[in-house]
Amino acid sequence: MNPAIDVKGLTKMYGSTAAVRDLDLVVDCGALFALLGVNGAGKTTTIKMLTCLTRPTSGDAVLLGHSITSNPAAVKQKTNVSPQETAVARNLTVAENVQLMAEIYGADKRSGETKAREMMNTFGLVDIAGKRAKTLSGGMQRRLSIAMAMISDPEILFMDEPTLGLDVLARRELWAAIRALKGKVTMVLTTHYMDEAGALSDRIGIMQEGTLKAIGTSDELIAATDASTLEEAFVALATGSEVSP
Amino acid sequence: MRPFVFAARNRREILRDPLNLTFGIGFPVLVLLLISAIQANIPADLFRIGHLAPGIAVFGLSFIALFSGTLIAKDRTTSFLLRLFNSPLSASDFILGYTLPLIPMAVAQVATCFIVAFFLGLPIDVNALFGLIVLLPAVLLFISIGLLAGTVFTDKQVGAICGALLTNATAWLSGTWFDLDLVGETFLRIAYCLPFAHAVDAARAAMAGDHAAILPHLVWVIGYAAGVAVIAVVVFRRQMTSDWV
Repeated sequence: MNPAIDVKGLTKMYGSTAAVRDLDLVVDCGALFALLGVNGAGKTTTIKMLTCLTRPTSGDAVLLGHSITSNPAAVKQKTNVSPQETAVARNLTVAENVQLMAEIYGADKRSGETKAREMMNTFGLVDIAGKRAKTLSGGMQRRLSIAMAMISDPEILFMDEPTLGLDVLARRELWAAIRALKGKVTMVLTTHYMDEAGALSDRIGIMQEGTLKAIGTSDELIAATDASTLEEAFVALATGSEVSP
Repeated sequence: MRPFVFAARNRREILRDPLNLTFGIGFPVLVLLLISAIQANIPADLFRIGHLAPGIAVFGLSFIALFSGTLIAKDRTTSFLLRLFNSPLSASDFILGYTLPLIPMAVAQVATCFIVAFFLGLPIDVNALFGLIVLLPAVLLFISIGLLAGTVFTDKQVGAICGALLTNATAWLSGTWFDLDLVGETFLRIAYCLPFAHAVDAARAAMAGDHAAILPHLVWVIGYAAGVAVIAVVVFRRQMTSDWV
């Protein structure tokens, strides 16, 4: 079975600074892959390259058989992104936001309404369908953001720090929504929350200063660093220091 | 279809912001009423309603640049544009989508200004309609300035540039508030190297029925409008394929 994402030597340079350097990565179909790293590690740049929003300086990635460098249009048809900021139309209602995306992806008004209703059902947004996006809580805005990304039925969904700034309860609610998508769609999420990566992902990649330092399941990373928690494993890998007892 | 869907979203986004309506329509009307009140007590030729109304209409149009610039810049800073860049929307869809809703708004703004002016003594005749038509290139000019500013600057910078600098430049350099001859030759030359005084003079000529005097001024406005529109489109297209978002 071909992987959903096959990245080879992906590099992004800004002048002489490497935001991402020589990234090799494979993500299986239907898996949830988490990219962990501190701010500036290169997670967002990686997502931008894989979603064809930023051209790599060198290297390539093949997503569902299509190259991000030679066939970005085909990649865009099969993927979608929930950006780091909530990226919603603030003065539109929840229903209007979802329907807007449905119509931008080619639905007519009637089928757009139907698709929007289905998506709001899936993500528990029906009760707030008439509320303007700017009045929603952070958690609800994030949920709306993912619903807007899912309206195009993507085969790969990228989520850039989807729970950034949310309180514990809102995070748990969003985790449940993300878990419900597992198996149906390949997901790549970036985060710097260890518990989030551990709780949601099938495999985790740890990035530091633009390079992928390690990759594996949560247990594999813990075992490889003689750590007792994923956080300790992350610290060991990200700093190169010994794991504290 | 897609540009109209996006245009509908932009129309809602602007019209649902009460500040836009207040400044876009309310403020120019308020200024018109205030100056007319001054004119009633201390008559000055500059503030005759046939002279004043076109100037206030052009001044009001500078707020259109603020609306479009702020909307685009906010779409960038909230990553809403990043989400849309991942969608099937093309560069021309974006440009049409941002431009189309502002044209009827600008026309409504000018029409409102003229309707208020009718109550203040502006003759109700076909010349007023002609004045509105003559201001259409100025509408395109201010929309293009907004598109360019929103593409290049953040929403806060757009607020400073279009909200303060452009509105003041439009006010001072258009000959609406004071006779440009009074300030001196250099100021007069600078003012007539820019499009604002020409837009006002073209509309004044149209409303006075002096059709021969329209074209020499209108050529300047059309030239500036076309130039800024081309620059705005080129910059927007370039930004779409760069690391802008």
